[in-house]
Amino acid sequence: MGNPNVGKSVFFSRITGVKVIASNYPGTTVGFTKGSMRLGEEEVEVIDVPGTYTLEPTSKAEEVASQMLQDGDLVIDIVDATNLERNLYLTQELLERQIPVIVALNIWDDTKHKGISIDVAKLEERLGVPVLPTVAVTGQGIKELVDRIPEATSPALPQRTRDERWAAVGEIIEHVQTITHHHHTWLERLQDASIKPMTGLPIAAVVLAASFFVIRFIGEGLIGYVMEPLFENLWAPLMMKLSVALGSSGFWHDMLIGNLFNGEIDFFQSMGVLTTGLFIPLGAVLPYILSFYLILGLLEDVGYLPRLAVLLDNLMHRMGLHGYAIIPTMLGLGCCVPAIMATRILESKRERFIAATLISIAIPCAASQAMIIGLVGAEGMQYVAMVYGTLFVVWLVLGLILNRAVRGFSPELLIEIPPYRRPSWRAVLTKLWMRTYGFLREALPIILLAIFAIGILYNLGVFDAIANFTAPVVSGLFGLPKEGVVAIVVGFLRKDVAIGLLSPLSLSAAQLVVGSVVLTMFLPCIAAFVVLARELGIKGLLMAIGIMLAATIVVGGLLNLVL
Amino acid sequence: MKELRQITVRQMQPGQSGTVVQILEGHGHHRGRGHGYGFVDRLHSLGIRPGRRITKVSGMFMRGPVTLQVGRAQVAIGYGMAGKILVEVEGEKL
Repeated sequence: MGNPNVGKSVFFSRITGVKVIASNYPGTTVGFTKGSMRLGEEEVEVIDVPGTYTLEPTSKAEEVASQMLQDGDLVIDIVDATNLERNLYLTQELLERQIPVIVALNIWDDTKHKGISIDVAKLEERLGVPVLPTVAVTGQGIKELVDRIPEATSPALPQRTRDERWAAVGEIIEHVQTITHHHHTWLERLQDASIKPMTGLPIAAVVLAASFFVIRFIGEGLIGYVMEPLFENLWAPLMMKLSVALGSSGFWHDMLIGNLFNGEIDFFQSMGVLTTGLFIPLGAVLPYILSFYLILGLLEDVGYLPRLAVLLDNLMHRMGLHGYAIIPTMLGLGCCVPAIMATRILESKRERFIAATLISIAIPCAASQAMIIGLVGAEGMQYVAMVYGTLFVVWLVLGLILNRAVRGFSPELLIEIPPYRRPSWRAVLTKLWMRTYGFLREALPIILLAIFAIGILYNLGVFDAIANFTAPVVSGLFGLPKEGVVAIVVGFLRKDVAIGLLSPLSLSAAQLVVGSVVLTMFLPCIAAFVVLARELGIKGLLMAIGIMLAATIVVGGLLNLVL
Repeated sequence: MKELRQITVRQMQPGQSGTVVQILEGHGHHRGRGHGYGFVDRLHSLGIRPGRRITKVSGMFMRGPVTLQVGRAQVAIGYGMAGKILVEVEGEKL
């Protein structure tokens, strides 16, 4: 356990070998992860707990932390050595509980150049429990700490008031810590510049624009130079041989290879499990997943995101949120499942509802974005800009409306701003790998299944029946061909496949824009649906879906009229 | 001549330091909806409490959040809360 952003998750992965997502901002861990480690002869369970400043919880994530304490047999209290005073408050609270404690003075490597020196032996004596300096990122001191776990004890101090605890902390600090003056480093100067309005806003604009271009550059580069050549030059000839072997027609040919266009496979349109089914996740989406999460990981680990929260706080307040909601929103540009989970860092139920609803309606995930850029971008980048522009306006307007309509209060911003840190490549790449692997594991089977199901339903003529039934809305309101409903239905499974289904309909550019916006906003994909139900409850989920349907119909209809 | 005077964090200039004297409880009128329950506790747990020396790093315009240096950490707080934290600063005698 420990304060937010002191490296608990990195520490956890060091001792258990379980990989977890760690970032440089308070509130990365909102649930708990279990792992195990060897302690002497025994195999013991280790739990990574969300950060908390105090055992009297002030947010949902902190509540999880206090509850965990009741089930534990021993606490490893991770303390940020560069911010000892604030961190020792929680330690004091822990020492009052009947549970053995061992303290890790983490981020020890940063104390030297920050001019902080701590007398570890004296601190140990004052606290009455073992204290060890550690650097979780490099692994320094971890083994020594594990060796001394059996020495962990509980001094079982009497229950004290808040002021008494702070007094105790003050007294300890006076005796164990000396601070020498140090010169401001350029990182610290940049830190201040990025939070002052006059310099911070231009910096934010540059950072976001640069991120967008780098993501697109890497994404398109991977598609153009790696994935497309692989599919066109290696996979297509192989599939053509299979096509011939299957006799160029029949049920299995339609299922595995799909339709041929002028005797060739079209990876966007053929709709076979082995052609389009593999191309969408691997050829079109994967490159963007890689590039998006690389850049997001860097922004997270440098510690930039909380500064964005401060700069955007004003805007977010008008939407019933506060600045910190920008973190789940940014995560939503990757995938809305972790994004909706991350809304737990917001304090009130109202904020969590607004944030989760906005994310599931107006924030396209990386998979959808890759398909939008691929399909709509082929008609010209101005149309892609139209899709993004519309979604941004929807996000803003819906936020303003929800702020007025949803009851309850939204508290003010109150967050700790982490220092900028140089990201470790190892950590960034581990995180990138976990997220990419997560995408492949979760999305690949669903995409293949979706394509397979679509093929069967087409064969049975089910889609024709639905298409005729829903034609008034799809054609009348959105101006799309009635077969467009297939995409809308499939959107419930996977949005990337759904957007791909627009491709064989030979739509005009304007129709593609309407189609992409409608598919993004309409019902959440199945994964998002499950996580929404879990985080908001069934009532919240139904409300969110109601808002979603209403917003989609209004926006889709308007867009059709305007374009 | 210098003297000590009490102002709120809102009134501090960027770069100015002061010692926290008191955090006013109760619901504010800013944004009309209060600050969330127990904001005093939350400020305390972040180290902002009477007797602590703090420095204002910056304030966003249009009643935006205020960033404070508290010991080794930086903390951003809402404008409403910033109006409830009384600090003692050194200033020119008027």
